[in-house]
Amino acid sequence: MKRFIGFIKKEFYHIFRDTRSLFILFGMPIAQVMLFGFAITNEINNVNIAFFDKSKDATTQEIITKIVSSSYFSNKQFITNEAEIESAFKKGDIKAVIVFEKDFSEKLIKENKATVQIITDATDPNTANTVNNYVNSILQKYQQETNKSSTTPYVIVPESRMVYNAELKSVFMFVPGVMTIILMLVSAMMTSISITREKELGTMEILLVSPLKPFQVIVGKVVPYIFLSIINAIVIVLLSIFVFEMPVQGSLFLLGFESVLFIINALSLGILISTISKTQQTAMMVSLMGLMLPVILLSGFIFPISSMPYPLQVISNVIPAKWFIIILKGIMLKGVGLAIIWKETLILVAMTVFFIVLSVKKYKIRLE
Amino acid sequence: MKTIGYIIQKEFKQIFRNKAMLPLIFVLPLIQLIILSNAATFEIQHIKFSYIDQDNTSFSRALIDKFDASPYFNVSTHFSSEKTANLAMLKGDVDVILEIPSYFERDLLKDQKTNLSVIINAIDGAAAGVENVYINQIVQSFNKNAQAKLMQPSDYINKPKTIESIPSFWYNNTLNYKTFMVPGILVLLVTMITLFLSGMNIVREKEIGTLEQMNVTPIKKYQFIIGKLFPFLVLGMLLLTIGLIIAKLIFDVPMVGSLSLMYLYTIIYILVILGMGLFISNFTDTQQQAMFIAWFFVVIFILMSGLFTPIESMPQWAQYLTEFNPIKFYVEVMRMVMLKGADFTDILPQFLKTVGYAIVMNGLAVWSYKKTN
Repeated sequence: MKRFIGFIKKEFYHIFRDTRSLFILFGMPIAQVMLFGFAITNEINNVNIAFFDKSKDATTQEIITKIVSSSYFSNKQFITNEAEIESAFKKGDIKAVIVFEKDFSEKLIKENKATVQIITDATDPNTANTVNNYVNSILQKYQQETNKSSTTPYVIVPESRMVYNAELKSVFMFVPGVMTIILMLVSAMMTSISITREKELGTMEILLVSPLKPFQVIVGKVVPYIFLSIINAIVIVLLSIFVFEMPVQGSLFLLGFESVLFIINALSLGILISTISKTQQTAMMVSLMGLMLPVILLSGFIFPISSMPYPLQVISNVIPAKWFIIILKGIMLKGVGLAIIWKETLILVAMTVFFIVLSVKKYKIRLE
Repeated sequence: MKTIGYIIQKEFKQIFRNKAMLPLIFVLPLIQLIILSNAATFEIQHIKFSYIDQDNTSFSRALIDKFDASPYFNVSTHFSSEKTANLAMLKGDVDVILEIPSYFERDLLKDQKTNLSVIINAIDGAAAGVENVYINQIVQSFNKNAQAKLMQPSDYINKPKTIESIPSFWYNNTLNYKTFMVPGILVLLVTMITLFLSGMNIVREKEIGTLEQMNVTPIKKYQFIIGKLFPFLVLGMLLLTIGLIIAKLIFDVPMVGSLSLMYLYTIIYILVILGMGLFISNFTDTQQQAMFIAWFFVVIFILMSGLFTPIESMPQWAQYLTEFNPIKFYVEVMRMVMLKGADFTDILPQFLKTVGYAIVMNGLAVWSYKKTN
């Protein structure tokens, strides 16, 4: 045991003497959480829009003012011919053009019907679709206001209540994701590199011939990183509570427990990576190239999993980050307890055990 | 020239002899391109929809059938009370609960107006907004049908004025998300591979101690740098080519614009990234440090690039920051050229900024590289 403690001490020295890495380890997650928490949103706002008004009458003016005054759109422009649309789209200056037909208000009065064309740059389908929805709802509101005199009977009014996030803040969606990604990548990357580093420098040999058991070597390597990651997790949770005003509806203790579980999961994945790679370069490429994009894209961090094609929904089940994000949102926003998230917790535990067993099997105590 | 040739030869040999790295450089990114491009979609479909029907008339059932018929909603379950429904929402089994009150039909006939209550899981605020729009659309169209059946001729006196809107989606009229994501993800993969490899390359020699050997040779500074970086430029271009072929063959992404313009821009872009990699490796002592820094910037660059989330929606200060993000320009250029057929004058602003970036980055990298300790 004394030997083991000595070994852990050595590992701590390793980490603390490399001040540059230490600075990165702690500074980086904070910088990222701050930046992403404020900047990343999947709302569509401030879309640059242009109008092509062939009729230029009071009605079209009124509609244009309505559209411009909405916070969804900004930077209104007026164009005067069809050809300008194409060149503006190509430069990327505007994302949508609203075209009013000739004699708009005359038609509206005489024929009770007039048409507006909404041309959108659909290279970004999401923005295009959303802009289309926004404009339509503005037009509808306008019609309802002008048609007040002719009330229609038999109206069904749906009243929506947004639960768990009444103000529709996108921070609530992204902070748990950012936290997950940072913990996952930092933990997995750190352990995988620190173990392969000993292999590459040849010092692993020395550790293997020491009286320490291989198991102790690995655990000793991981323990310091557990501490570091826990500190990171605490800092991130504090930031999300105090800076981003995320609520913690559920138990703080449970949140801590689940975070430690997830950290251990990520670290054991790191160990697994280190057992299959010989050089730091390979370990890093596996943990960066192999983990970064799948974790960002398949975890439900940005893109909703339920909208993905079925095979990908199945694949997303093997991403530990997916389960941790569900747990985080559950505890922080919905205020649920273990009674509801036991399944997700159990999956994380099972994955952790699986990673550890596999790494023990793959771990070579003899040199080739 | 001959010296540079030898260094390049050495680098290529090192890359191709490392059997563990080759699949990581070529196969992994391409698999990711194929798989992940399918994952990245904001289209809201298969919404987990449930209902509480306290009216239980043919009228209320018709409304639910309407939801069932919509491609957006998967009508999964119905609940008998709000309590069980809320529990299911907590568990994440359902995202939308529609509650039809008792006497729904009777009230509509009697009072000419009736309410429905809808509960939406709003953790993903943007998705919740879209779901709300869809629900409103369905209820409205159901309402219209009902009105048409119920209304008496006397109700038709004041025919309302309607403004009809015709959407037209240019460049991508089926709103296919993949054509939007594939160029972007390809950009990421090219960036990550070239940055990580170049960032680690020189530090590795430092760490193993072979850099000292290189430093005592008559190889000049510029020869060494060019020899070190050139192979990664080739790798990046190779990856881009394979990626473009996949984009065309598997995803059928339209390639409207000029390929040579794309390649020209990519060369300059990769120079920026390589300069950055070299700069990072000059300032670090171990591969671990180099990777942490590279990782730090890559994550920021990716998430602030407008690739996944729109830049226009970011706060103003963040939008200014994105002006220093080379990935942002590359994503923009690739999408503009590939999907819209933008020509050189259209991408000139991005092009100039990237050239400027390349000069600054490589200048810094060369300046900070020292042969002596």
